[in-house]
Amino acid sequence: MTERSFPGYDVLDKRDTPSWNDATRDAIDERLKVPREPRFFSSDEFATLEAVCGRILPQPADRADPVPIAAYVDAKIFSGQLDGYRFDKLPPQGEAWRIGLAALDHEARDRHGARFRDLGRADRDGILRDMQQGRLEGDHWKGMPLKLFFTKRVVHDVTDAYYGHPTAWSEIGFGGPASPRGYVRMDKNRRDPWEAAEGKPGEEERALKENRHVV
Amino acid sequence: MSSDPFERPRAADGRAPDVFKMGGWIPMRQNRDGDEVDFAIVGTGAGGGTLAARLAEKGFSVVAFDAGPYFRPLEDFASDETAQEKLYWNDPRVVEGADPIVMGGKNSGKTVGGSMVHFAMVSLRFRPEWFKSRSTLGYGADWPIGWEEMWRYYDQVEKDLSISGPINYPWGPPRPRYPYRPHPLNAAAEVLARGCEAMGMKWTPTPLATVSAPRGEAHPCVYRGFCRFGCSTNAKQSTLNTYIPRAIRAGAEIRDLAMVGRIETDARDRATGVHYHRDGRWRFQKARNVIVAGYAVESPRLLLNSATDRHRHGLANGSGLVGKYLMTQPNQAVYGKSKDEIRWNKGPPSLAITEHWNYDDRKDFDGGYCWMGQGPLPIEWAKTVTASRGIWGDELRLAMQDYNYQVGVKMVGECMPSEANTVTLADQKDRYGLPVAKVTFGWSDNDKALIRHALDQMEMSLEAAGVTDLFRQEEDANHLGGTVRMGDDRRTSVVDADCRSWDVPNLFVCDGSVFPTVGGVNPSLTIQAIALRTADRIEQLAARGDI
Repeated sequence: MTERSFPGYDVLDKRDTPSWNDATRDAIDERLKVPREPRFFSSDEFATLEAVCGRILPQPADRADPVPIAAYVDAKIFSGQLDGYRFDKLPPQGEAWRIGLAALDHEARDRHGARFRDLGRADRDGILRDMQQGRLEGDHWKGMPLKLFFTKRVVHDVTDAYYGHPTAWSEIGFGGPASPRGYVRMDKNRRDPWEAAEGKPGEEERALKENRHVV
Repeated sequence: MSSDPFERPRAADGRAPDVFKMGGWIPMRQNRDGDEVDFAIVGTGAGGGTLAARLAEKGFSVVAFDAGPYFRPLEDFASDETAQEKLYWNDPRVVEGADPIVMGGKNSGKTVGGSMVHFAMVSLRFRPEWFKSRSTLGYGADWPIGWEEMWRYYDQVEKDLSISGPINYPWGPPRPRYPYRPHPLNAAAEVLARGCEAMGMKWTPTPLATVSAPRGEAHPCVYRGFCRFGCSTNAKQSTLNTYIPRAIRAGAEIRDLAMVGRIETDARDRATGVHYHRDGRWRFQKARNVIVAGYAVESPRLLLNSATDRHRHGLANGSGLVGKYLMTQPNQAVYGKSKDEIRWNKGPPSLAITEHWNYDDRKDFDGGYCWMGQGPLPIEWAKTVTASRGIWGDELRLAMQDYNYQVGVKMVGECMPSEANTVTLADQKDRYGLPVAKVTFGWSDNDKALIRHALDQMEMSLEAAGVTDLFRQEEDANHLGGTVRMGDDRRTSVVDADCRSWDVPNLFVCDGSVFPTVGGVNPSLTIQAIALRTADRIEQLAARGDI
């Protein structure tokens, strides 16, 4: 699989166009101001959380301002915002994460004699993959079903945070907010001038030019 | 502009929000708690909102309660998946069983207008046989209502919502032309059409509750594609901007941020009113009749939480069936990649549909299903990809970059009613101090056979349409039904054909929870048709002194 590119496309360029209403501007402005310091997790837990987020959704090394995924996970729990359901086999969100982060450090020490955050990528991925497959055990998991925790808590929360961020929308060529302007060209291979243009091989220059005018 | 809709009630001081104007108001008649109103309605969604309008228009005094806020779409709705989670019932619920139902966005709302505020607008009639599926098709349970009567109420609700749809609908008995023209297909809908034609199946533009031409103060749909996160331009015809303004004009009162916790009954087993929490305290509204319309989780929860010494197992529960026969509709999907740019986020998500398998009975399982086009936004798409394919890391980030090329079809299927699937009370309490609902669910063998069949058929259709890199989303469910089933025998049902409790004669339940079977199409139109029928029946019963 290769990286697609939408050269020069930034959803935020449309902030002051008819694609964004005031409610959207307020919501996204607020999102971009998320506090970078943890308020729910301890700084120790937060460092482990960041190490997990960095593997579930590794961001390009040359990205100037990476999406602060861990900060969004922390902010959601801190604000008391609920999902509307809880699997009977999982503790509430904050508690589940705390158990999980401590257990990951426990696994890292057992296996490699270091904290999870200090492991290399391959070792971190190895532990996460074992968690996904339900291959880890021990009292430190406090009876949490691992597959459920991995899919419905860890990956769920990380993707919620990342794909709710304008940087991710720009990365995948998503049009982003669209009210009240909406869209006109709904047929295949048609794009409205305020949508992302893809820099397909040989079309990078044109895409770059078009993406300067997505307003 | 105006206040935070979560901070304090907006419907107060003789006025309610005008949903069509930023900061606007409309006059609203108000009642005192001590006034014995004709009807206290709990919930303002497809059931309660529709009933509030019709009962008020018939001259009854009505107070309708909603636990959620009263939004003005133009000023309160962002184009954003995360911010719009404010439309959902996010209070705690415990889910368990072999196939726990994920609650929240897909199946519940907590706002004036109910989950219609974020529904996908798909407005379908039941197949006629489903009202008597036990007698005519050999499964489930018969409804105490016949399809011919329902057909008349479908006509009425389709007019009330100006449904946009085709001139000729390909399945079922003749029906009038839809009031508004169909919406144009987007690229995702064209793929569905191509797949159906390759398989020799009919398809049609989906009848949708979003206007394709101006209607009153509502503008035509602008195809922004955030329909399932609230329509910020009012094109969507939800209860919030149709029946509720009608209700208020006719003299009904809406109370937002008003959580009803218990129905009061007297020694004669009649309901006397409702206890509700608003403005930081518990209050009591006197009422001659109470209608519960909180949908398949909150309605049974309220009945169970209203237990008394005379009704030890919950109100209206002489049959022991309150909270039983919970159904959810299978919502599995097949997705893949197109060589064309699809950009499925443009337009309503389900612009084309096939109901073929609702009308073909050559299957080795009971029940039917339809499938329709899809247009998940990035967060939902990421959840689908990760849960279905188990990918994360670089593989996930790269897969997500195919977003503009993805295409897929998703089923809405008929789940069999089973007494083992339930809504009960958990030990946990919510912020009002009320026991929360515990939702227990598992698919039956028949459900699994139906899902397998649908996945195979959907996959074949996408292959035939030239879609590649196919994968199945095997785990998903949506609309709910059951838990307060209607019937014509008090031993095997909770309410009668008029949605009236067998045990407490001035207590009604009117929402999706009364469905004895859930059908293989989206339920909102049927809920609203039942609400219209119930209003007419109440008028008739009242005229002969039976209420």
